Amino acid sequence: MSQLMNPPSSSRIKVRPATEREGRKDYISIRDYGFWYGQKKALDAISLDIPERQVVAFIGPSGCGKSTLLRNLNRMNDLVDDVRHEGEITINGRSIYDPGLEVISLRRRVGMVFQKSNPFPKSIFENVVYALRVVGVRDRAVLEEACETSLRKSALWDEVKDRLDDSALGLSGGQMQRLCIARAIANRPEILLMDEPCSALDPIATGKIEELIHELKDQFTIVIVTHSMQQAARVSDRTAFFYLGKQIEYDTTEKIFMNPSQAQTEAYISGRFG
Amino acid sequence: MATSSDSNTPRGEAWVWFSGLGLIVGLGMVIGLLSLVVLNGITVFWAPPVPVANVDDGRTIIGQLAQRRVRAGSPASEPRFELQYQVGLRELNGNSYLWVDEAKIKSESFPADVLGLERVENGPAFVRPQSLRKSDGKLILVADPAFEVAFQAEVNSAAIIREKLIEITRRRIGDVNGEMDKARVALRRAEDLKLAGEIAALRRQITGLEERFASLQAEAKTVVDRGAIASLVSCDASGREVVVPLIQVIRAWFPNRLDTWGRVKLFVSRLGEFIFDEPREANTEGGLMPAIFGTLVMTVFMSLMVTPFGVITAIYLREYAQQGPVLRIVRISVNNLAGVPSIVFGVFGLGFFVYVLGGSIDQLFFADQLKYNNNTPVFGTGGLLWCSLTLALMTLPVVIVATEEALAAVPRGMREASLATGASKWQTIREILLPASAPGILTGVILAMARGAGEVAPLMLVGVVKLAPTLPLDGTAPFLHMDRKFMHLGFHVYDLGFQSPDSDAARPMVFATTLLLIVLVVCLNIGAIWIRNRLRARFKGASF
Ligand SMILES: Nc1ncnc2c1ncn2[C@@H]1O[C@H](COP(=O)(O)OP(=O)(O)OP(=O)(O)O)[C@@H](O)[C@H]1O
Ligand SMILES: [Mg+2]
Repeated sequence: MSQLMNPPSSSRIKVRPATEREGRKDYISIRDYGFWYGQKKALDAISLDIPERQVVAFIGPSGCGKSTLLRNLNRMNDLVDDVRHEGEITINGRSIYDPGLEVISLRRRVGMVFQKSNPFPKSIFENVVYALRVVGVRDRAVLEEACETSLRKSALWDEVKDRLDDSALGLSGGQMQRLCIARAIANRPEILLMDEPCSALDPIATGKIEELIHELKDQFTIVIVTHSMQQAARVSDRTAFFYLGKQIEYDTTEKIFMNPSQAQTEAYISGRFG
Repeated sequence: MATSSDSNTPRGEAWVWFSGLGLIVGLGMVIGLLSLVVLNGITVFWAPPVPVANVDDGRTIIGQLAQRRVRAGSPASEPRFELQYQVGLRELNGNSYLWVDEAKIKSESFPADVLGLERVENGPAFVRPQSLRKSDGKLILVADPAFEVAFQAEVNSAAIIREKLIEITRRRIGDVNGEMDKARVALRRAEDLKLAGEIAALRRQITGLEERFASLQAEAKTVVDRGAIASLVSCDASGREVVVPLIQVIRAWFPNRLDTWGRVKLFVSRLGEFIFDEPREANTEGGLMPAIFGTLVMTVFMSLMVTPFGVITAIYLREYAQQGPVLRIVRISVNNLAGVPSIVFGVFGLGFFVYVLGGSIDQLFFADQLKYNNNTPVFGTGGLLWCSLTLALMTLPVVIVATEEALAAVPRGMREASLATGASKWQTIREILLPASAPGILTGVILAMARGAGEVAPLMLVGVVKLAPTLPLDGTAPFLHMDRKFMHLGFHVYDLGFQSPDSDAARPMVFATTLLLIVLVVCLNIGAIWIRNRLRARFKGASF
């Protein structure tokens, strides 16, 4: 949390103007969403719309529920015992809890990159094409093509193109994280969820991943959780600030960082509390 | 840390020493046991010099020293010892071992002409040769310089004839007998169903087999006659004449003449026989090939059966079953299965596998066999299949527990990553969880194998026998005979040690067999550990 202890002033944060692209404004729509782990309410009355092909950043102090919300978008929290939710989340107009929608096909459309890189104990190649193998793609040419495209997009191709058959566990931490990104985008999901993807990376690898996010947003809608204000400011079009499971403010990144309407938001991004 | 400044000893040091002591005691016991077995097991095959001893009471003994022990009742301050000699020649002496008071031995010498013989029947013999009746009828006296060469040549050619005889009597006549049994059963069936054409054909076949049987017997006789077997005339310790037909001699050596290299060669040859040959003389001599093979095949089949069952059960328990009190009870029961005495599994195997399962298989598929072969069961009696199944059941908890642990140890991130790419639960298990937990699962299989390979009690009930006429794997279809009874090293140890008519003769073999069993289990384990390490290497990253 070094950013929080040694805070940049909000004025020094460079903000990119939000890019306007065509697409649904409420591509992902969260309405009055609440979520419980057993008796503990982790999310309360969240309502926000995520536009298509934009980058949205979730910020907030530790334990405020950013990961919880993110993991609800592809229903990863279904794996936790004894959880409950209220309210509604729709993607492109369709509820993710629709009984007719299989959770597997939801997850195929909503890719996820985790905070801790988690490559499979397989070769680099097999890691990248895992999502394709899972849907039964056998054609070697298709797999190789997908592998190269994904690795190029995640800026890893040049480093690993000669050792695709080596174990993925032999990569460095940053390479592993980019591999996980390549794996998440190999089957061309519509949405990419990233939970603190750079928390274990050095500035160079972080820079590469941020560049990657810029390139990817032409095709994907990206939701990223981050503890770095600068990162949120650099990569996102819109930012949501959470505090103790509540959504405090959600607006364009420019607005949040230049002229937040809530005092709590201002205090947080200027590092006065965390 | 320390509350008193005068002490550098951290608290708890005493416990460190205590646990170290425990380790040393444990290691000491294991090493002691192993060295006892190894020493006694290896020396069985070594041929030491053989003394000729003159005893106070006028007896003379030729024999290999077997044991030396304190005489019962002798004072502890000045113990008196007694010696056990293996004198052989059971047909003359009644017993091949002899105890003598050490103090009563007047003199001991190692004459070069003492000859040791291993024989097909009646155990070994230690004699002093007089003359050799060669197969061409000529007599060579021991004093003749050509004696030793001629003797070795005759022993070798007699061995070839013996091999031929074994080939004819055991293998070929055995095959004919087997076919004959089958044909007779088929004939009974044909007669019962009144299939005239078949009856005639089978009758012809049986006549043909009978002719083949007779001709084989005649062939065996001509082999013996043509060989005009040589014989050795010698005298035993007390001067009695002993005539040994050389066809009976498996190995002959001059124990007091051999140099070290000769002894090593003899050692290797005996060891080879022990490992690769079949047993003789109520299992107290010869080799253990059938038992080694039986143990190996049984252990491998047990592993092949227990692994899929155990892994599938563990996957269900950990990944699919609803966690709750019922599952807890199931888990406790599974763990308790590991503590059930193995003989109970034997009883269960006999009652369920052999009688119920095997009986039903016989009713369904071998009804003809039962009906026309005096109700002789095929699967409804102990056999390799039931032994493997019984032991698989016994070792199941080990594999289940190990697999559950291994599945639980797979990092959560890996599981989530797979599910997040849209893999189903089963795909995640197959592609990620199972490969990642394979080393842990193999550890369970190794433990199961180690336990199963050494188990004897349940096997006695479900298919292990003292002497199996055939191996479970051979050249006749279907090659692998899961219904056959087989021999097992563990049972062999028990049988030699406690069921043998001549316990002195069996003693060295008990050690040798125990050693062999240990070596076999260690080899199986090393094999499995090697596979596991290769798997581990695949899943271990070089960097972090
Ligand atoms: N599996 C779980 N079971 C019970 N409670 C949980 C679980 N996961 C998270 N929580 C609780 O939910 C709350 C929100 O957690 P969450 O992981 O979403 O926080 P976060 O905003 O991602 O924090 P961080 O920035 O530290 O990652 C926390 O109070 C946490 O203790
Ligand atoms: Mg988090």
